[in-house]
Amino acid sequence: MNATARYCLGLGDDALVLAHRLGEWLSRAPQIEEDMALGNIGLDLLGQARTLLTHAGELSGGRSEDDLAYLRDEREFRCVHLVQLPRGDFGDTVARQLVFSTYQLALYSRLVESTDPVISALASKAVKEVTYHRDHAVQWTLRLGDGTAESHRRMQASLDAVWPYADELFTDDDVSVAVAADGVGVLPSSLRGECEQVWADVLTRATLELPEPRSHARGGRDGRHSEHLGYLLAEMQHIARSHPGATW
Amino acid sequence: MNAGEWPLWEVFVRGKRGLNHTHAGSLHAPDATMALRNARDVYTRRGEGVSIWVVPASSITASSPDERDSFFDPAADKVYRHPTFYDVPEDVEYL
Repeated sequence: MNATARYCLGLGDDALVLAHRLGEWLSRAPQIEEDMALGNIGLDLLGQARTLLTHAGELSGGRSEDDLAYLRDEREFRCVHLVQLPRGDFGDTVARQLVFSTYQLALYSRLVESTDPVISALASKAVKEVTYHRDHAVQWTLRLGDGTAESHRRMQASLDAVWPYADELFTDDDVSVAVAADGVGVLPSSLRGECEQVWADVLTRATLELPEPRSHARGGRDGRHSEHLGYLLAEMQHIARSHPGATW
Repeated sequence: MNAGEWPLWEVFVRGKRGLNHTHAGSLHAPDATMALRNARDVYTRRGEGVSIWVVPASSITASSPDERDSFFDPAADKVYRHPTFYDVPEDVEYL
């Protein structure tokens, strides 16, 4: 598999796994309105994942998006740890969405210039989607952080729990170095400054503290995952594996 | 977060070719900013609109069902109030 395919696989797996986590909120959100909001965001991510996995498959011997989504085992997934974390409570999801949507907006804003036409076209469309995702996360961070004493305490706890997983998003590896050199992708480390600026601004307005974690998650892009991913994949893949080739 | 604590908002959406905002439904939201976002997610996710208004439901003064007879029945038999006795020029739109 060439570097572009591996790059698409990483970004596509991030979107696919987080889409599944957001889907877990359906019928479980604090309000039916939030049910819709989180479901919509999840579906946006699923759409991005489909394009990226399809492209990865085409570049590497014709595996379909379904083959890649449903027939790979856990160690073959290339998503970061952040997206695998259990959905937690609503504050946990808002914290993760703040981290991930800020990163994705910075990423796609740059990928609009990609020399790969599929990636560039996807990025142009996704920038609009992700702008909304970030806005949604920011609005809730402000309201929970600067809300009641209880919501403030819990929002801060959610941020503290999620922050050790932010650093992995900005870790350069062989794949990202190679695609950045070709103009196909961007170096993850080059997105860090912009994201940190957004987070610092939002958290200040929300009267929250920027967490300073002592340790950082690693290894997702190499297929080394937390225990959570296996359970998620079991749920996501079992129908497709129990009934190979089924259509409806 | 209890649904009972969030105020109700009435949502008005203007469609792509629509000339005016039309009542789409209602929803709960903690404030106007979130009401707009919720309205976007609930009422425009299939491409129904290009503009949204949200109005606190409490700001709407509605006619009462008890007054229906005196409010509306007298208008039922005033055929001369319809502008159907004029010829409308062909190039006049939206009439």
